[in-house]
Amino acid sequence: MVEVLNNKKVLTKGNYAIANAAVIAGCDCYFGYPITPQSEIGEFMSGKMQELNRGYVSAESELAAINMCIGACATGKKAMTSSSSCAIALMQEGLSYATSDELPVVVISVMRGGPGLGNIFPSQGDYNQATIGGGDGDYKVIVLSPSTVQEAVDLTYKTFHLAHKYRNPAMLLADGLLGQMMEPVEFGEYPYKDFDHSSWALSGAKGRKQRIIRSYSPVEAPQCDHIRHLFDKYKQMEENEVMFEEFWTEDADLIVTSFGSLSRNVKAAIKQLRAKGLKIGFFRPITLFPFPNKRVQELANKTKKFLAIEVNMGQMVRDVRLAVNGKIPVEFYGKPVGSWPSVEELAEAIEREVK
Amino acid sequence: MATQVFKIPDSFNKDFKYTFCPGCDHGVAIRLVGEVMDELGFRENTIAATAIGCSVTLYDFLNIDAIESPHGRALAVATGVKRANPDKTVFTYSGDGDFASIGIGESLHAALRGEKITAICINNTTYGMTGGQCGPTTLVNQVTTTSPHGRNLDYYGYPIKLAEHFALCDGVAFSARVSLDSVANIRKAKQAIKKAFQVQLEGKGFGFVEILSSCPTNWRMLPEKAHDRVRNEMMPVFVPGIYKDLTI
Amino acid sequence: MSYIVIDDERCKACYLCINECPKKLIQKSDKTNKLGDRIVEFCDPNGECLGCAMCATRCPDMAIKEVYRG
Repeated sequence: MVEVLNNKKVLTKGNYAIANAAVIAGCDCYFGYPITPQSEIGEFMSGKMQELNRGYVSAESELAAINMCIGACATGKKAMTSSSSCAIALMQEGLSYATSDELPVVVISVMRGGPGLGNIFPSQGDYNQATIGGGDGDYKVIVLSPSTVQEAVDLTYKTFHLAHKYRNPAMLLADGLLGQMMEPVEFGEYPYKDFDHSSWALSGAKGRKQRIIRSYSPVEAPQCDHIRHLFDKYKQMEENEVMFEEFWTEDADLIVTSFGSLSRNVKAAIKQLRAKGLKIGFFRPITLFPFPNKRVQELANKTKKFLAIEVNMGQMVRDVRLAVNGKIPVEFYGKPVGSWPSVEELAEAIEREVK
Repeated sequence: MATQVFKIPDSFNKDFKYTFCPGCDHGVAIRLVGEVMDELGFRENTIAATAIGCSVTLYDFLNIDAIESPHGRALAVATGVKRANPDKTVFTYSGDGDFASIGIGESLHAALRGEKITAICINNTTYGMTGGQCGPTTLVNQVTTTSPHGRNLDYYGYPIKLAEHFALCDGVAFSARVSLDSVANIRKAKQAIKKAFQVQLEGKGFGFVEILSSCPTNWRMLPEKAHDRVRNEMMPVFVPGIYKDLTI
Repeated sequence: MSYIVIDDERCKACYLCINECPKKLIQKSDKTNKLGDRIVEFCDPNGECLGCAMCATRCPDMAIKEVYRG
C-alpha cells in the first residue's frame, strides 16, 4: 500500500493513484463495494480514510454505495464511490437521482468486459453506459477519460472539481488496464479551490427555512423549469469544460479518434505511419461528456475521413458521426473486449483506410 | 385558568396540511415524531432521509432539513448523511413496502453496522400509495389487489416480522413494535419512538420502531373498522412489544 | 372549564374522535368545510369535558388542534 505522497515522483498502480488523488482532493467520505479490476481503490480507501478520521463504509452493495454518496453530498461534503461495469450498472438509478438533486457525487468507473458478468479483462464497453447512462429521464453525467496513470491523477482532481462546480455527478472513466498498470506519477497538491455549499447543503433547519433535496415534482411546470435548468448547466459545460488532445490534424487525410489508455497504442501506430509519409492525424476526447462536438465539426471540414478505434463494438464512433453529421465518412475499427490491439495491428488497420 | 394539554408540535410547519386519506395513521405517527422532537429538542439539528410511498411528503409537515431517497434506499442515504455528519440527528421514516421489501438490504445492513440512526417503519400490510398491493407484511389469507384469492403460502410465502428480526442485529440498541389502534397504544408508541431517538442521541446504536397502522382506503374499511382489524388481525401476528432495549 | 378547539379545514370526516370521547361530546355537524367534508363539532352545554385529550391523540389530522384542561 502506498502512502499519501505529495510532491514526490513515485511508481504506483493506476487504482492506487486514483485513490490517493481522491484523498488529496479532500474526499470526505468513501463508500464502496469490491469488484475486479478496481478493488485496490476500496482497499486503499479503507485504511487511509480511517487513519485520516474521514468517512468510510464497506457498503453492502453498489446500490447502497451510490446512495450513501447521495446522503453525504446532500450535506455539501465530498463523497465518492468506485466500481466497474456490471456494478456501475447498479448505480444508474442513483446517478439519475443525484443529477436531479444536483448533488456532486464522484464515481470512479474502471471498465472490465461485459455484457453481463463478462470477464475481468479490460474493455471500453461502458462508453455508452457512462455518457448516455441507464437512469430515467433527461440527465447527463460529466465523464472524464484518462490515458495514463498521471492523467488519471490529474483528472481525479478535475472530476471532484467539476462535480462540485456544477453540482452534478461526475465520473472518471478508466479501464482495467489503466487500473492495474504501474507508472511513475506526481501527485502535487489539489489544484482547485473548494466551493462554498453553505447556501444549499443540509445542516439542520436552525435559524433558517428548512431545506429539502428532492427529485419528486408533482407539478408539470416547475419540473420542466428544473430540467431546463439542468440543461443550461450542460450547455455551460459544453462551452467551458471541453478537453481533448490532438496532433497532426492540420494536413491529415485521415483522423483517427480513440479514448482512454487505448489511444497510446493508436498514437504509436500513427507515428509509424507518419514516418512512412502517410498523412494521419490523431484526436482524443478527454471529456467524453461534454463531448468535443465543435472541434470534431471543424476537423470534418479539414480532413477527408475519420476512423474511430475502440475496444468495443462501436460506441464513441456514434458521437463522432453525430458531430460529423454525414459530411465525410466515419469508419470504425475495434474488438469487443480483452487485450488492447497491438501497435502493428492498429497501424495495419489505419493504413487500410487510406489506401 | 385552563392549561393547554394538547397542541400541534412546534416542530411542525405552521401552514402544514396532511395530504393523507381520512383516518390514515400516518398523521398520528408523524405527529408523535414531532412531539418527540419537541421534547428532546433536536429539530434544528435534524436531517431526515425520507422514502418513497405515502411517507414521502414527511418534509411538507415537519420543519426539518430532508433528502428524499430513491425507493428502498433511505437507510443508505441516511448512512451517508450520518457518516459525513456524525453530530447530526438522522432519521428515516418509511413504509413497509420501502423499508422491508425493496429496501430490506439497506435497512438490515444499516442496523447490523449499528449506524447511529433512528428508523421508523409503518406497517400497514400493504403498498398504500400504489393502490393496495400485496407486500412484505401482507397477512396470510389477506386479499389485496395483487392477491385477489388471498395471500397463500404457495404463491406468496410468509410476511416478515421486522421488530423481531432487527432485535437480532448486534448493532441495534432499541427495537420495538407498537400499534396505533387505540389511544393507550398511541401513548406507548410515543415512548418507543422517544427511546429510538434517545439511543441515537446517546450514541448507543441503531433505534428501530415498527408501527402497526391502518390503511382504511386500501383495506376498503371505515377508519374505525380498520383499527379493529389492526387489533384483531394484525396484532396477534405482529405482536407489539419491546424486543430489544439497551437503555435498561 | 375544559374544552377543545377544532380546525374545520383540517377535519377529513373520519369520525374517529366521536367514539373516543368518554363523554360523547363530539358529534357530526351539519356544516361542511371547503373540501366538502361533513365535519365534526364539539358540543358541551353542561361543561362535561375532562380535557383528557383522547380525541386529539386519536385525530390523525390534528384537526383537534388544541385541548385545554381547567
